[in-house]
Amino acid sequence: MGVPEKRRETNLDMYSDAYAERTSGMVASAVRSLFSVANRPEVVSLAGGMPNIADLPLDSISDSVAALIREHGPKVMQYGAAQGEPRIREQICDVMALEGITGDPDDVVVSCGSQQMLDLVTRTFIDPGDVILAEAPSYVGALGTFRAYQAQVIHVAMDEHGLEPEALRHAVLTCRAQGKSVKFVYTIPNFNNPTGLTQTLERRREILAVAEEVDLLIVEDNPYGLLGIDIDPLPAIRSLDSERVIYLGSFSKTFAPGFRVGWALAPGPVKDKLILGQEAATLCPPVFSQFAISTYLETWDWQGQIVKFRQMYRERRDAMLRGLDDHMPVAATWTKPQGGFFVWMTLPEGFDSQQLLARAVTHRVAYVPGDAFYIDGLGTRNMRLSYCFPTPEQIYEGTRRLGEVLKEEAELRQTFGFVDSLDNKSTSTPALDSPSTGITGPSLESLSPTSPVAPSETGATASSHRTDH
Amino acid sequence: MDTTVIILSGGLSHEREISLHSGHRVSEELRGHGFTVVETDLQGNLIELIKESDHPIVFPLLHGGSGEDGAVREVLELLDATYIGSSAASCRVSFDKAIAVPLVAQTGVRTPKRVVLPHDMFRDLGASTLLDLISTKLGLPLIVKPTMSGSALGYTKVTSLDDLPGAMVLAYSFGRVAVIEEFIEGTEVAVPVVDYADGPRAYPPVEIRPNSGVYDFEARYTPGATDFISPADLPESTLDACRAVALAGHRALGLRDLSRADIIVTPEGEPVFLEMSVAPGMTDTSVLPLSIESAGESFADVLAHLVRQAAER
Repeated sequence: MGVPEKRRETNLDMYSDAYAERTSGMVASAVRSLFSVANRPEVVSLAGGMPNIADLPLDSISDSVAALIREHGPKVMQYGAAQGEPRIREQICDVMALEGITGDPDDVVVSCGSQQMLDLVTRTFIDPGDVILAEAPSYVGALGTFRAYQAQVIHVAMDEHGLEPEALRHAVLTCRAQGKSVKFVYTIPNFNNPTGLTQTLERRREILAVAEEVDLLIVEDNPYGLLGIDIDPLPAIRSLDSERVIYLGSFSKTFAPGFRVGWALAPGPVKDKLILGQEAATLCPPVFSQFAISTYLETWDWQGQIVKFRQMYRERRDAMLRGLDDHMPVAATWTKPQGGFFVWMTLPEGFDSQQLLARAVTHRVAYVPGDAFYIDGLGTRNMRLSYCFPTPEQIYEGTRRLGEVLKEEAELRQTFGFVDSLDNKSTSTPALDSPSTGITGPSLESLSPTSPVAPSETGATASSHRTDH
Repeated sequence: MDTTVIILSGGLSHEREISLHSGHRVSEELRGHGFTVVETDLQGNLIELIKESDHPIVFPLLHGGSGEDGAVREVLELLDATYIGSSAASCRVSFDKAIAVPLVAQTGVRTPKRVVLPHDMFRDLGASTLLDLISTKLGLPLIVKPTMSGSALGYTKVTSLDDLPGAMVLAYSFGRVAVIEEFIEGTEVAVPVVDYADGPRAYPPVEIRPNSGVYDFEARYTPGATDFISPADLPESTLDACRAVALAGHRALGLRDLSRADIIVTPEGEPVFLEMSVAPGMTDTSVLPLSIESAGESFADVLAHLVRQAAER
């Protein structure tokens, strides 16, 4: 060829031998790649969990922010306290009071979104191999954080009222019998991501009773609690116990995620650790954002704004449920959330939501396949459908397209001898009708092969390849 | 240099993200070479953009779907736009593995034994009978893949007959026609081809060694997940044979400017042609830039050559 050639061997990453073991799961993903198409306007994305903030009073916020810089620029653009600014910590207590929490501003630690607080809490409690109990399914962003700290995540079953107390007790006792250190249970009690399910007040009390009985810390993550559509806020678990619960809150859904302000309300000694951790991680949470949110809370009817948000999400939720009723095959089931952003759909036996995504993208509709909400590969029959961002018309059209996708897939599967059917309605109670008992996941199964609580997929299983909350 | 290059990437195919990465990298390289570069997605104002630009060179870097099946290039030809890459007609032929592989086989190049079928054939004739027939004919293991898709999307290596129906369902998720072909054991190599004034030139075959043993999506696009050896660690005569196969494919399919042949080299040293890409990946983990650089050339220089060559058409 006349071309000088010198053999070169490369893996295209000169640092590949230097990375920490915890990065081993950070790889390219075909599913994540398919989501790239979801950003195109032709595609109805029922995948993302972005709040719809178009109705915020943007002119007023703009004026407030401009005044903030003009009048207090040197202060609000300076470093601040690692714990967060005193004024916003007071206001956070006012926000939490809506869910029955009596909190002291001194026990509040502000963070860069509640995601960063989740990271701090995990960093504070977890050594590699420690066990974290999490709902089955659980928020994908939390699972990613737990994985990064090399925790062993064990899923605990849910029913239509959320996390099952008996399954929780069994998980703790089984793990401890195996010599494992169970550090906390992570739960999203309101309009759970991804299932949309909400724990009843009675269920919250039962979970707390189990936690007291087995001496377990609860991490209560509550980004959606004020966004009830059919119900008013229920008392937070933290409102029932101040010493056993680390409560995580966020302004991302009730105001705007771009400011990146979340918080923890934690028992005193834990709070001290979180502040030290915050100093090491960020020096301080974003000061300007805290002042901007303080100004918003002081100058705008933020509770009235939340009422508007709830109405807006009601229209979207209703469009999705109407669309699913109209277009889904009878053998598919789904949750009917009373608030929040998500519906959790369970496909007929044999269907694989990850495999289905390519066909869905071809039909210009996207969702999040269920398995990413599990640490152990379950959730393949599930998908998370978000109704928070598209218009009601788009949502309805998205469900129509999804119905076509399922129909085509069913015909194809039938051709190749798979006996699943779209026409067998097993129950009128959607989504949680699949075999559901106890703790899910092979992880605990391997711990306790004789366990009376069989591993299973509850109808409430989901997974996501996105990091939205 | 006042040539404007319109980089067309993204699109609506399953490989959109890869295309965006390719487009971004090529844009940076050409900007570094002094070209005026406009990056655009496949969107409503594309025709307007091309019409309003002063004799632009369009560089389609759309992977999969309309980017490789000739549709976009058909529109470019309708606009009399100058573009880099193969013609719409050639793309239509080469992107469809059902048509392209037999054409290359006619040049005497070995290709895997294979069957290409649309899904309705299984419905009409009965999947069980047809799959039995196929497996009897081809044996195991098998590769099942969509006819019109890249980046290993929808690919399955089937080692048990029980897994064949599932693999078929997956392949048909990406398109209505699937290829079932014998699995060829051997060394996986890719050979880029670039046209020059004196004809097409095959660049060094790049050997692909995925750490996981399978060159799937993860292995393709995770830096560090695959070892690349360029030129492949094969005898010089075998390397020449691989280059000859790539050139035969490039010519047989009437390709222009650039392409990439995917080949398996058997333990006996025989190259087996798998498929040809008319829009090879140009991401940070792609084979084409690596091969060009191992030949002692600059990837940016080759891109600039492609622009100038197109401008002279």
